[in-house]
Amino acid sequence: MKNLLVILFTQALVNNFMLSRILGACPFIGVSQQVETATGMSMAVVFVMTMASAISWLVQNLILNPLNMGYLQTVSFILVIAALVQFIEMFLKKNSPGLYKALGIYLPLITTNCAVLGVAIININEGYNLVEAAVSGAAAGLGWGLAIVLFAAIRERMRLAPIPKCMEGFPIALVTTGLLAMAFLGFSGFDVARFVGM
Amino acid sequence: MSTVNAILSMGALGLLFGALLGVADKVFSVEKDPRIDQIIDVLPGANCGACGYPGCSGLAEAIASGAAPVDGCPVGKKRVADLIADIMGVSCESDCEPKYARVLCLGSKDKAIEVFKYEGIRDCRAAELSGGGAKGCTYGCLGLGTCVEACPFGAMYMGDDGLPKVDDELCTGCGKCVAACPRGIIELRTKNESVNVMCKSHARGPEVKKVCSIGCIGCGICVRNCPEKCITMEDNLARIDNSRCTRCGVCVEKCPVKCIIDLAKVPGGCQGCLGECASAGEAQAAS
Repeated sequence: MKNLLVILFTQALVNNFMLSRILGACPFIGVSQQVETATGMSMAVVFVMTMASAISWLVQNLILNPLNMGYLQTVSFILVIAALVQFIEMFLKKNSPGLYKALGIYLPLITTNCAVLGVAIININEGYNLVEAAVSGAAAGLGWGLAIVLFAAIRERMRLAPIPKCMEGFPIALVTTGLLAMAFLGFSGFDVARFVGM
Repeated sequence: MSTVNAILSMGALGLLFGALLGVADKVFSVEKDPRIDQIIDVLPGANCGACGYPGCSGLAEAIASGAAPVDGCPVGKKRVADLIADIMGVSCESDCEPKYARVLCLGSKDKAIEVFKYEGIRDCRAAELSGGGAKGCTYGCLGLGTCVEACPFGAMYMGDDGLPKVDDELCTGCGKCVAACPRGIIELRTKNESVNVMCKSHARGPEVKKVCSIGCIGCGICVRNCPEKCITMEDNLARIDNSRCTRCGVCVEKCPVKCIIDLAKVPGGCQGCLGECASAGEAQAAS
């Protein structure tokens, strides 16, 4: 249990996918105009990451490892992620058209979101078991979601700020990302294992 | 052997996911009105939002579901409205006629006095918030060109007299300027609704006289003389019921301050300039 907590905090805060590993930057910049859509996007990412972590773990351990085909890891993981995203797109279209529209082009873009592939591969490299992998995926998604929601809130306020013309839009967004990443650097000195009492 | 394993396992994975997605597609299928796509094809596709819906697809859905009229696209005007009416299987009513922006104020620099010099942000909305702008008239055009900037079609420009002008060739009647004007001076009119009270002032006559030489003073002469009885006086401002107006021109002639104008009777056809003719006294001659 404590082990899972360590994974949760490590993946969500210390090794935050966006602000520490710099993975998933495309939707991070693209869907962060409003807190509402950012929240929707992070929900979708949490879901995709959790499912992708679990299923890719199964694929790795039930198919790739027994057959000694580790070299097909990337290909098979991408297959898993692409199918998952397609499924979620259909699901949202039916059950939440508003969110489907708000996410727009960025929903299919989760397919090529390197954070999703990243978490799947990191899980295998870290040698997690199935439950740990799923928790790690969810934590990574939550951490990414935290980053994008914070960022979206900042961008909403920045819209009213007197930003120099040359810095408007993406430049200031990238600078803000950098500052946020520096703030999250504070977590790197955080001894998670001791915090949860291990 | 490992090659065969690889092909088989990846193929099986692909088939499995393919089958799952196929089932999901059936389970989560959304029935879509085929007319929506047809209407989207007909619409201009500028996604300008002038209709009040989120983009052309939003309007198409609203039209298909009956929430919006077939002439809901102000940019596409009659041509698009007719095409959509065909798709929807209804006939386009008379109100499919195109509309144009009309600046209902004649308070040009020489007609309306300014009570102070405005040095703030060059934006009518900002001026309206900070002391109500420089114009003595609190209803008139502030002349800072917010409507001109709001126009997505480049159909508006500021005239030398300090009033915005509309180029009917370019105006699509989208209404962006109407929404942008903090004083609500701009309204949409069809070509036939050419007789207009070119003033928005609800102030009493003497007060109007003090700040503007061409504002409606609420004298009521037009109301009494209109043969169709289609002019009413609302809060010291004449209002013409365009649906009943026959454009006889009596009010244009009788108005003592000449703030009622028949735009169609301006020589050479009205270019939507609204004001140049009046300040040049041509409207008088034309009527």
